[in-house]
Amino acid sequence: MRDVAVIGIGCTEFGERWGTSFRDLFVTAGTLALEDAGVSGEDIDALYVGNMSAGRFVEQEHIGALIADYAGLATNHIPSTRVEAACASGGLAFRQAVISVASGMEDVVVAAGVEKMTDVGTGASVDMLAGAADREWEGFAGATFPGLYAMIANDYMHRYPLTREQLAMVAVKNHENGSKNPIAQFRNRITVDTVLSSSMVADPLRLFDCSPITDGAAAAVVVPVERAREFTDSPVRVLASAQASDTIALHDRRDISTLDATVAAGKRALTQAGLTHRDIGMLEVHDCFTIAEICAIEDLGFCGKGEAGMLTAEGATALDSDLPVNPSGGLKACGHPVGATGVKQICEIVSQLRGDAVGRQVDAEIGMTHNVGGTGATVVVHILGV
Amino acid sequence: MVGIYSYGVYIPRYRITIPEIARVWGANADDITRGLGVLEKSVPDQDEDTATISVEAARAALLRREIDPEVIGAIYVGSESHPYAVKPTACTVGEAIGATPNMTAADYEFACKAGTAGLQTCMGLVQSGMVPFGLAIGADVAQGAPGDALEYTAAAGGAAFVIGDGDTIADINQTCSYTTDTPDFWRREGQSYPRHGGRFTGEPGYFKHVQGAANLMFDRMGTGPKDYDYAVFHQPNAKFPLRVAKALGFSEGQVRPGLAVPRLGNTYSGSSMIGLAATLDVAGPGDRIFVTSFGSGAGSDAFDITVTDVIESDEFDRAAAPTVEQLLADPIYLDYALYAKHKGKIVMQR
Repeated sequence: MRDVAVIGIGCTEFGERWGTSFRDLFVTAGTLALEDAGVSGEDIDALYVGNMSAGRFVEQEHIGALIADYAGLATNHIPSTRVEAACASGGLAFRQAVISVASGMEDVVVAAGVEKMTDVGTGASVDMLAGAADREWEGFAGATFPGLYAMIANDYMHRYPLTREQLAMVAVKNHENGSKNPIAQFRNRITVDTVLSSSMVADPLRLFDCSPITDGAAAAVVVPVERAREFTDSPVRVLASAQASDTIALHDRRDISTLDATVAAGKRALTQAGLTHRDIGMLEVHDCFTIAEICAIEDLGFCGKGEAGMLTAEGATALDSDLPVNPSGGLKACGHPVGATGVKQICEIVSQLRGDAVGRQVDAEIGMTHNVGGTGATVVVHILGV
Repeated sequence: MVGIYSYGVYIPRYRITIPEIARVWGANADDITRGLGVLEKSVPDQDEDTATISVEAARAALLRREIDPEVIGAIYVGSESHPYAVKPTACTVGEAIGATPNMTAADYEFACKAGTAGLQTCMGLVQSGMVPFGLAIGADVAQGAPGDALEYTAAAGGAAFVIGDGDTIADINQTCSYTTDTPDFWRREGQSYPRHGGRFTGEPGYFKHVQGAANLMFDRMGTGPKDYDYAVFHQPNAKFPLRVAKALGFSEGQVRPGLAVPRLGNTYSGSSMIGLAATLDVAGPGDRIFVTSFGSGAGSDAFDITVTDVIESDEFDRAAAPTVEQLLADPIYLDYALYAKHKGKIVMQR
């Protein structure tokens, strides 16, 4: 197996991009990544794209070929593959690119993620997202994603000493970080009261506990480490790429407030990299809801179960702490174009490690990304370092 | 100069509160009231429709100023709820006020701005000398599907403006429009209720067009927000007009006098015109009014208006017809069951 490095990244602005089409989004992100990497079309050996549901969001399937075509690569006939694992599609696409390069099959590979979610109404969007859970046993019974994560939150708050205010602090911190990120959907600072006085979505989760519906795309270019210096002076190494799965339905889990797939993928990643928790200097975790960030920090092993709420309230996950969590603003403030999120997390960590995260720069040499599909049926964890 | 010769408003006396509608749908009334800035909305009586509301508003305009109805050479009624798909409301109004038969008439539809489109048409006809006076009306018994977000605001009411050349109570110094093909809100032929694109009705719909027309007006007139005493915007709720006013640089004080929506609801084609009427109810000679309507589909018409001395002269009797404030006072509240009957949501046995 060969070591792999990221040599270029690109992200569109995240938000309600009503004036920008599905294909314009990925072409923009792809172009930015190629320019950043200093590679041209003929250098590219393969393309992997994470996308959850373009078939339903914009009635377009066959995304792999579409992207290659609109990237101007149709006549190069490169392999281009769509990868789908609900909200973990982006992380998985990046992992496929890493595996492809590590295996020696391909050298210069682009991993992209894209989702255009605002062409449909909110109700339709919520229903499409419900397809990430078990349609027969959860969706048909009326469970939406906010509903499922509300069950996790209720169970968690029953068993552990997490207060409503501590949960709100997750959103407050992520909006603070988002306010410093030029691509973030929400760049406004909020208070605990903003969260607590917002509309109830699914008890106990309120509007400001939930990540938004977002349009956006992200891309990253990976190559073998030994070739990285041909393209850039600041490559970022992929130290680990891990993936785990679990039951698709929440009610079939051993423990509904612990995401066992997160535990498994986190452990595998650290083992692969030969690192311990103390080596990790920052996290980009999958905070689709505030409770998800609390669970992620604990299930990845950075603190004990029941401790993440207090640590968040104490500022132990803030930008200026020893373990900044979601410096990008996370899914909550940066936005959550489901297929793109996993690649955006990679872009954020790479940007931080290169020292390019102006205004929200974290002092760290190693960072971890954590991308979740569904309520934890797929989890992808990457560790990157300089 | 071409301008407003007289004006009149009609608002049905019935109201339903937002909490009463929220009660039926199990929604959080506080969230909705706070989110929309609307407390209650007007409801038509069982036998009231856009035609009766238009006639009442037109009669109110004629009460305020003596005009021989036969000199009104054009009538345009803008509405999303004309009682007939084919057969103009404007003819009913013309007959009712005695303006027929030597006149032209037509019904307009441009979502919530059809009334101001009629106003512009009348300005053109009067200015060109084709007719001595024109009558432009914006009125609606607004539709909102049961349980839809629109149901909390869809209200009933209308305003009528007589447009003349010279001796006006308010001169219209300039008008300009900003129009695109934007599908933010629509109702297809045969459908009972409009549909909308949710949040898409905001930035790419309302805000883009209102700001587009407003900025065009500032450019044309070489003016800014501080040059006006009052500002009136289409008011589908209280949040949108206050937000667009702030974005353009107007103060809340400039907007409040013409902001009828908190106690009236959204009267669709009547909305910005009732707002203008409420402003004329309190304005004095020399006051300058900035008006921008909005209609989904989408477009905005902006008007730069200066009130003249005539408004306080013997020629015009503002008190001869009720002000918007008087029309909003002393309502009769309905519960949802009676509201449903009034709005024809209960289908009676035929």
